[in-house]
Amino acid sequence: MLATFVSLLFDGLGYGMLLFVLSVGLSVTLGMMNFVNLAHGAFAMVGGYVAITLMHHAGWPFLATLPIAFLAAAAASVVVERVLYRRLYRASDLDQSLLTIGIVFMSIAIAAYVFGTNQQPVQLPDWLRGREVIGDFSFGVYRLFLIGAALIITVLMVLGLDYTRFGAQVRACVDNQRMARGLGLNVDNIFTLTFALGSGLAGLGGALAIEPMGLDPNFAFKYLVYMLIVVAVGGLASIRGAFVTAALLGVIDIFSKYYIPQVGSFVLYLVMVGLLVWRPAGIFARR
Amino acid sequence: MKKLFAGLGGLAALFALSPAHAQGTVKVGLVMSYSGQFADLGTMMDTGVKLYMKEHGDTVAGKKIQIIRKDSGAAGTAPDVAKRLAQELIVRDKVDIVAGFSLTPDALASADVFTESKKMAVIMNAATAIITAKSPYFVRVSIPLPQAMSALGTWAAKNGGAKKVFTMVTNYGPGIDSEVAFQTAFKAAGGQVVGSVRFPVANPDFSAFAQQLKDSGADAAYIFVPGGEQPAALGKALAEHGVSPKTIKIYSSGELVNDEPLKSMGDAALGIVSGWHYSWTHKSDVNAKFVKGFNEMLNGRNPDQFAVSGYDGMALIYKALEKTKGNADGDALVAAAKGLAWESPRGPISIDPETRDIVQDIYMRRVESVNGKPQVVEFDKLTAVKDPVKAQLKAEGKLNPDGTTK
Repeated sequence: MLATFVSLLFDGLGYGMLLFVLSVGLSVTLGMMNFVNLAHGAFAMVGGYVAITLMHHAGWPFLATLPIAFLAAAAASVVVERVLYRRLYRASDLDQSLLTIGIVFMSIAIAAYVFGTNQQPVQLPDWLRGREVIGDFSFGVYRLFLIGAALIITVLMVLGLDYTRFGAQVRACVDNQRMARGLGLNVDNIFTLTFALGSGLAGLGGALAIEPMGLDPNFAFKYLVYMLIVVAVGGLASIRGAFVTAALLGVIDIFSKYYIPQVGSFVLYLVMVGLLVWRPAGIFARR
Repeated sequence: MKKLFAGLGGLAALFALSPAHAQGTVKVGLVMSYSGQFADLGTMMDTGVKLYMKEHGDTVAGKKIQIIRKDSGAAGTAPDVAKRLAQELIVRDKVDIVAGFSLTPDALASADVFTESKKMAVIMNAATAIITAKSPYFVRVSIPLPQAMSALGTWAAKNGGAKKVFTMVTNYGPGIDSEVAFQTAFKAAGGQVVGSVRFPVANPDFSAFAQQLKDSGADAAYIFVPGGEQPAALGKALAEHGVSPKTIKIYSSGELVNDEPLKSMGDAALGIVSGWHYSWTHKSDVNAKFVKGFNEMLNGRNPDQFAVSGYDGMALIYKALEKTKGNADGDALVAAAKGLAWESPRGPISIDPETRDIVQDIYMRRVESVNGKPQVVEFDKLTAVKDPVKAQLKAEGKLNPDGTTK
């Protein structure tokens, strides 16, 4: 009984952290920059395909592909930001949605053309697979790895945004663009960098997600709902909020699917509705 | 404005020409998921279609075969799209035959279209047993799931040594169909069902269900998941929870042990037993040629059950047209299709004249390590299996002579 409970709690946390690494970039682009970036999944997919290609065709070890996945998605996003997104920063939410959803469809078609429509098989090194047994309990190794990765990302992001000069500049540009410009900040460059950071995180999340979630061209779309839930419930610009929400949703999802499988898939959405009714701007929204 | 009229005039002229041009043509409309979650299924079926036409030419019984492709998109989730496409194909494009249908809801939604228009529809995948009973113009070349799942259930209890089974299926038509078929056969053969779970169609994490299986006290698991990312995700969740064929007997349909999930699961898949109608590892000359041709067409990928159904679907259309001497009338084609028998890459197959459903061999296969890689190996087979669901309906007197339900 206890072993099952602990196992479910752990699985839920692991699943939540997976949602977190996929969504944290979105709380930067959608949350902080206030851009309805539905193409977040497309940048995650870029990271996934970069990691897969390096592993399968260049024989790279999995860990080494992660920074490249980050950089590739960030680089791709710089191009897209300079060419497309920049023009729509002041546009309506609807215009932004239409643009980014169009980018999603294009990315799906491009991925299908280049990589084919099939699932990309992923096999990680042995040390990342299987289970670690501790006393009565046992834990999936990859989930442990995900939880560790999510903690590192959270700490780096919170420290970086709250305590560094760059972080202060980002916050200044986002909060009051005119004032920031007046103080001599290069707002355009800072926005580009911030967007690249968010998309890079998406790429990293995509690379981390291919093991549990698989990868095919539809990836760009498939998990968008989960990403949006995490960011919306967490409170738009809050990294801590995204972290706590993702953990909470992961645990609730796994528990409800175990104990009440008949309605298991709906509980997540019920919880989301409940939380948003309670705190419409998200649990950790800034007042 | 003048240009517009000139253009329209040109178009009209084209349309005016086409009926005369179509004299020696048989139009085949394909409704498949070329995009969305099940895009790969469409790729496989379509490549099967193309391969058959490449091997056998595009002319049969003096008629040129013209293919018109329609994307049913997110198959299964939007059956109204498949129905609309079938209507468009028949009314606007004037096709003689419709084929494809990736998932069950697409086929079910379109049934009336074919009954009313009297056009033959060849089902290349949708696998719920009851589909062919919904219109007398449906002919199926894929599989009614209970055909394989009943056989597997019986085998698991009688030969596999399983006593207590926990069934895990995806919560939609074919999943429920296969769950019922497996459980019924397993119980009839003396086994006991200790629990079951149905997971949502969209489900990124299977660990809760793996845990349920572990806690159920079962000595065997039965699994059905549709293609896509789910087989690998489920396989990995099982492996992560220490559930493998080494600790518990695992029985499944073919999807779980197709190439991509096998590669993802690795050695954790060794020992999974599946009951199914096709694997590219099937040993026959016809299949060797098929696999080789398919590899060449799709960058070295191996065919799966979807590919072989696309291939056989075209074979059925060609053979029926030969029999009617090129007459593409729906009634004539369905009459010709009934009782057709030929050797497919999967082995000998035929169309049951009573139900218009496929009769085929079901293979028992085990995942074994071949040259260091997990691969499906056939070790037993049941010959000329019919769909047990419709046999049951017939025994109860609920089946019309044309194979539809009363």
